[in-house]
Amino acid sequence: MKKSNLILYGTILILGLVAPFIFPGFKLQISFLWILIVLAMTWDVQGGQMGYNTFGNILFFGVGMYLCASVQIGMFFPLAEWTEAGGEKTFVHTAPQYFQGIVFGLLLAGIIPAIIAGLIGYGILGLRGHYFAICTLGLGIAAGEIAGGIELIGAGQGMTTPPWPKNIGGTELRSQFFYYICFGLVIFTFLFLQWAYKTRFGLVLNAIRDNEDKAEAMGIYTMRYKIIGWMVSAFFVGIAGGLMGNMVGYIEPVEVAFAGPTFGVFMVLMAILGGKGTLWGPVIGATVFHLFKEGFWTFFLGWQYVALGVLIVVIVVFFPEGIMGWLREKYPEKFGEVVDEADRKAQVELK
Amino acid sequence: MDLLIFQAPILMVQASLDGILLGILFALIAYGMALQWGVMNIINIAQGELVIVGGYIAYFMYKAGVHPGFGIIVSPIIMYFVGWGLYKLVINKVVDRDLFISILATFGISILTQQLMNFIFGSDVVVAQSNFGTTMFFDGMVTLPNAKIFAAIVSIAFAIGLVIYMRKSKLGRAIRATAQNARAAKIMGVNTEKVYAATFGINAALCGVAGSLIAITFTLHPYVGLPYTVRSFMIVIIAGLGNLPGVAISGMGLGVFEEFADYILGTEFRIGSVFMLLVLILVYRRFKLSRKREYLK
Repeated sequence: MKKSNLILYGTILILGLVAPFIFPGFKLQISFLWILIVLAMTWDVQGGQMGYNTFGNILFFGVGMYLCASVQIGMFFPLAEWTEAGGEKTFVHTAPQYFQGIVFGLLLAGIIPAIIAGLIGYGILGLRGHYFAICTLGLGIAAGEIAGGIELIGAGQGMTTPPWPKNIGGTELRSQFFYYICFGLVIFTFLFLQWAYKTRFGLVLNAIRDNEDKAEAMGIYTMRYKIIGWMVSAFFVGIAGGLMGNMVGYIEPVEVAFAGPTFGVFMVLMAILGGKGTLWGPVIGATVFHLFKEGFWTFFLGWQYVALGVLIVVIVVFFPEGIMGWLREKYPEKFGEVVDEADRKAQVELK
Repeated sequence: MDLLIFQAPILMVQASLDGILLGILFALIAYGMALQWGVMNIINIAQGELVIVGGYIAYFMYKAGVHPGFGIIVSPIIMYFVGWGLYKLVINKVVDRDLFISILATFGISILTQQLMNFIFGSDVVVAQSNFGTTMFFDGMVTLPNAKIFAAIVSIAFAIGLVIYMRKSKLGRAIRATAQNARAAKIMGVNTEKVYAATFGINAALCGVAGSLIAITFTLHPYVGLPYTVRSFMIVIIAGLGNLPGVAISGMGLGVFEEFADYILGTEFRIGSVFMLLVLILVYRRFKLSRKREYLK
């Protein structure tokens, strides 16, 4: 690893570790930022690296969220009675129960969505281009509508996640606990994807994006890689969903869990804003987007979603290359591209 | 559960008739989508929102004391200009780009329109009373609101009118030429920019008609647009682009499916079943094509 990279990673790591003590008021917001970065990075596995623009990763987010909460509750108490009780807490988790629940819950919230992705992947990843996009859009919304009809997980009213156990510390400890889990998740996701993109797996994903038919003709069994890619995304998105459910404390099918118009679009938008198909693009995009969202949301006073719609149109229509793409065009030398001056001049003249 | 259907044939007739009448309306919206998809190569996610906006126009006529039935004349005229403006503002920048860009951009428009409608019209479920009365069949066992029959007749009339317009008029010929080959049409002196704007306007006008019919037969709500988009997309992919009888038949089929899903699974799963059907149809088509080593394009 180069020395400049080492300094960069070290700075980010230290900043991330001490952030809850520097900005104690923003712990929850920064935790949300880590979750958003995970969502953007995992969307980029499909949308950027593989060229399969999915709207359906929100499915795994919601499944992970419901699954984690259900496991946390169902391990110790009857789930149906819990959801029926609604806001009134008739059951109380003790501290060991709570932590056991969250460990198992998060593990399953990663594994089960990955299995679901593997099962449905063979059918759905055979679609291409806009058919894939619309199909996954339908999948996410269908999941929300169906979850809204199941009584066991609270139907349309939603369910609450287990509250933080009382006798081990207040909300301060709770938000620190979730902050470090989120930070750990984002570091793990980043390192995993960085490693994965360097292996044959990353090369195959890019080959699929560039020309799937040719990749197949070269003897690559593309479907296997597509499914593995989706399973990787589903795993991380599922865990992110489980964490999100616990941090919000309340799960509702359409607005929180399978929130297509919010998180489902955010992840696409963040990756495109940062520059899709790059490792750092989604990270930068998510950070910029979150800062913008949190900084300016309050000025719009109820018009946030109107602003969101305008933002989507503006980014997609006028800025589809993203921040990284723009940087790459401006400073190609920094990205390790060999610049041929004559060729560049010819390009400019052509324009 | 399925036994219930055979034990209750009246219910079955009722559901089928409701479904067919509903399906004709869906087919009209899908016709608009097929038109713009074929001509401009754009998938408009905001299609459903255009329908709902058209519906609100009829609703406000009803509020102002005019019979909402006249919405089928006023709504398309206003919506034509809305569509034209939308094209000039956003769509013309995504026409010749990747399809996903157009999907995402129109998704943004869809969110924007939903929220604006929520602010301007309020989030209540509204309906425009047409006072058309109902028709009874089989001694009152099967009832059909006349508004639904009116809606079906108007939809068919508009669809046939548009088909004739596309065949006979100069603009229709230009639109068809652009759909076949935009570049060649340009060389032959067709102003494709104008053709695109007109196509999007016509699509919006069709949505306006459908919306005003929905306002008198069903209910309106700012957030119910997306299911209409998905239905029309589904109808178009079943029928194929440029297959108008196919659009009509698959529209009716979808309407009947929905009514039956409503009866059998319950109303809370109605929209969910529509979206699941979309997924299943796409996956079915994919497996069918993959036997020939092909894929949906």
